[in-house]
Amino acid sequence: MILHPSVIANLLASYISSGMVLYAMFYGVQILRYWDIQSGHELQLVLERKTYLISTLLSYVFGLQLLSLFLFIFTADSLAPLFVGAMCAVGTLNVDPYGYPALTLKILNFILAGLWLILNYADNQGYDYPLIKRKYQLLAFVAPVIILEMILESAYFLGMKPDVITSCCGSLFSSERVTGLGSEIASMPALPMLWFFYGVMSCTLICGIVFYLKGLGGYLYAALSLLIFLISLAAIISSISLYIYELPTHHCPFCIIMEEYSYIGYLLYIILFGAVVSGLGVGVLSPSRNVESLKLMLSGFIRKLALTSVILYAAFTALVTYKIVSSSLVISYEVVY
Amino acid sequence: MRQWIEKQRYIIDFTISSLLRRKVKNFGLLALYTLIVFMLASTMFFTYSIKKEASLILKDTPEIIVQKIVAGRHDLFPVSYIDTLKKIRGVAAVESRLWGYYYDGLVSANYTLLVPPANGDTSGKSRPSAKTTVVVSESGGQQADKSKPLFELGGAVLEPGTLITGNGIARLRDIGKDDYMPFRAFDGSVLNLRIAGALSSQSELVSSDLLLITAEDFRKLFGIDNRYVTDVTVAVNNPSEVEMVASKIRKALPEARPISRVEILRTYDSIFNWRGGMMIVIFSAAVLAFVIFAWDKASGLSAGERREIGILKAVGWETSDVIQMKFWEGAVVSLTAFFTGVILAYVHVFFTGSIVFEPALKGWSSLYPNFELTPFVNLEQLTTLFFLTVVPYTVATIVPIWRAATIDPDSAMRFTGE
Repeated sequence: MILHPSVIANLLASYISSGMVLYAMFYGVQILRYWDIQSGHELQLVLERKTYLISTLLSYVFGLQLLSLFLFIFTADSLAPLFVGAMCAVGTLNVDPYGYPALTLKILNFILAGLWLILNYADNQGYDYPLIKRKYQLLAFVAPVIILEMILESAYFLGMKPDVITSCCGSLFSSERVTGLGSEIASMPALPMLWFFYGVMSCTLICGIVFYLKGLGGYLYAALSLLIFLISLAAIISSISLYIYELPTHHCPFCIIMEEYSYIGYLLYIILFGAVVSGLGVGVLSPSRNVESLKLMLSGFIRKLALTSVILYAAFTALVTYKIVSSSLVISYEVVY
Repeated sequence: MRQWIEKQRYIIDFTISSLLRRKVKNFGLLALYTLIVFMLASTMFFTYSIKKEASLILKDTPEIIVQKIVAGRHDLFPVSYIDTLKKIRGVAAVESRLWGYYYDGLVSANYTLLVPPANGDTSGKSRPSAKTTVVVSESGGQQADKSKPLFELGGAVLEPGTLITGNGIARLRDIGKDDYMPFRAFDGSVLNLRIAGALSSQSELVSSDLLLITAEDFRKLFGIDNRYVTDVTVAVNNPSEVEMVASKIRKALPEARPISRVEILRTYDSIFNWRGGMMIVIFSAAVLAFVIFAWDKASGLSAGERREIGILKAVGWETSDVIQMKFWEGAVVSLTAFFTGVILAYVHVFFTGSIVFEPALKGWSSLYPNFELTPFVNLEQLTTLFFLTVVPYTVATIVPIWRAATIDPDSAMRFTGE
C-alpha cells in the first residue's frame, strides 16, 4: 500500500459511503418488509421517520460519490510517477487488475445514486409515499454495488507497490510492465467514431425534444441517453481527446481534466453525467405516471427531466464541437496504430 | 427555481442568526475544526511542495548514475571502466565524478565535498537533447528556474588550494571569502584551504552543506588514487532507452550498479508521500477525537435548541425543512473552518517556513538548509483535505441532525427547564 494522503482520503470516502449505505439498507429492508401506510402501528411511525434519515444519508452518499469519482482519478494521476511506464492515470489504473473495475463501478454508482435521488424526489411529492417500495428495491440493488466498489477499491489501493530503489538492485528492479486494457479502447478509428457520435447524438436530441413536446417515447429516450452516454465516453477516448490535446496519438480520457487543458474535462464529464442521470430518470419514473397521488406533478417533472437532459447533451455537443473546430489538429487521413 | 433559491436564502439567514445566538458553543467548535484543518493542510502543503522542489531539482540530474559495488557496499569506481561504458550504444556521454563527505568534528557536521565538472558542455544541462526538453512542459515560472544551474559560483574562480562554500557552512563556521579553512586529511596531515567564494543563496536546498573543491585537493584530502573516481554519470540521448542502457551496463559491468533518474525521483516521491501519510495517520487520532466531539455537540441539544425546533415544527416547518436548516448550519461551519484552516496553513507553510512541523517532515541535520518553499497548491490537495476533514464531520452529524429534526413538537416544547 502507498501511504499517500489522497489514497487515505479515497479509502476513507469509500468506507464512509459503504457504511452509510449499509445503515440505510438495514432500515430499507425493514421498510420493504413491514411498510403499511394504512397502519398506525408504532413500527410504521418509526419507519416513516427513518425515511427522512435514509434520504439524507443517500444524498450525502451521492455527493460523496461525485466528489470521490474525481478524487479517484486525481489520485491515480498523481501516483503515476511511482510506477514504471505510467505517465498518467491510465498507467496507474493498470497497475493491478482492480483499477479499471473500481473506476467503472464508481461511475455506475454515481448514476445509480442519482437515479435513486430522482425517485426519492418524486416520491416526496406524493402525500402517501407512492413509490416507497420501488425506491427501496432500487436501494437494495445499489447497496451491494457500492459495497463491491468499496472492496475493489481497497484491493486496488492496498495491492499497489511502487517501483522504488530497493537496497541494492538499482535499475534491474524496474522490469517493463505490459500495458493493458486502457490503450485497447483507444485504437478505434477516430473519424468514423466522430460521425457515429454525431449521428446518435442527433437522434437522441430529436427524440428528447419530441418527448418533451408530445410526451411520446419516454423509454426510447432513456435507452438512447444511456447509449449516447457510452458512445460519448468512447468518442472522448478515441477522437475528441485527440482534438483537445492536438496530438493524433494521445487518447487519454483522464489528462483532459488536468490543469494543462484548463480543466475542460470536468465540464465535459459533469455535463455528461448530469445528462445521463436525468435522461435515465425519465425511464425510471415513466412507469409511475399513473399513480393516483402523483398524477398531477409527475408528468411535468418527467418532461422537465427530459428537457434538462436534452439541454445538457446539447451543451456537451456544443462544447465538443467548439473544441474540435477551434483545435489546430486536422485529421485528414487515418493512421492505425 | 427562483422560489427554491429564495427559500434556501431565508433558511441560511435564519441559520446564521441562530448560530450567532449561541456564540460560545459554536465558536468553540469552529476553532477546533479550524485547528484540525490547519494541521492537516500544513502537512499536505509542506510535503507536496517539498516533493515539487525535489522533482524540480532532480529533473536536471544525469539520466543514469553508475556506481561500483563491492560486497553490497558502494566502492570507488575504476577509471578504466569508463571506456567500456562509452562503447555501449545509446550512451551520449560519460562523466566521472568525485565527491564525498567530510565530518568536521569542530562543529559536528557533515559536509558534502564535490569536484565541479571540468567543463560545462558534458554536464547534462547544456547538452542539446531535443527529446528531453520537449517532454518537459512546465509553466513559465518553472521554466525560468530550470535554465538556472543548481549552484552559481558568483564569479569565484576555483584553483588548487581554494574552495567554494555553501551558505550553511559559511553560517555555521562564521567564515567568509579569503578565510582559511583547515581540513584533516586521510593521513592525519592538515590541509589548509582558502575560501574563494560562496555559493548563491537561491539554491540553498541543494548547496547548503556543499563545498566545491578541485580534483587535486580532493585526492590529497582523501588519499584517492588517480585511477579511481567516486562514480560516473551516463547521459543517454533518447530518454526511452534509459532502461535498456542501464541493463546493458549491468551486463557489461556485473559489479556496477546503474541507478536511473526516474528511480531516484520515484523514491523521493515515495518517501515524502510516506512521511505525509504517516503524519496524517497520526493526526487521524485527532480527527477521530474531533469527530466524536462533533457528534456529541450535534446530538446533545440544549433545552433551548429542542424548544426552538419544536416551535419551528409547530409553526409549520416540515422535517425536511429542519434537516435543510441543519444542513446549512453544517455547511456554514464546515466551509468557514475549512477555508480559514487552509489559509492559515498556507501562511504557516509558505510564509513562516512551517515552524511547527518542520523537524518531523524534513528530517534532521546540524547543517540544515534555510529555504523558502515555492507555494504549490492544487485542487487535488484541497479535495483530499476536504475528504479528510469535512466529510467525517458531516457524516458524524447526520444521525444527530435527523434525531433533532424528527422531534415531535409537543414533546419538544414540554421541556421548559432551561
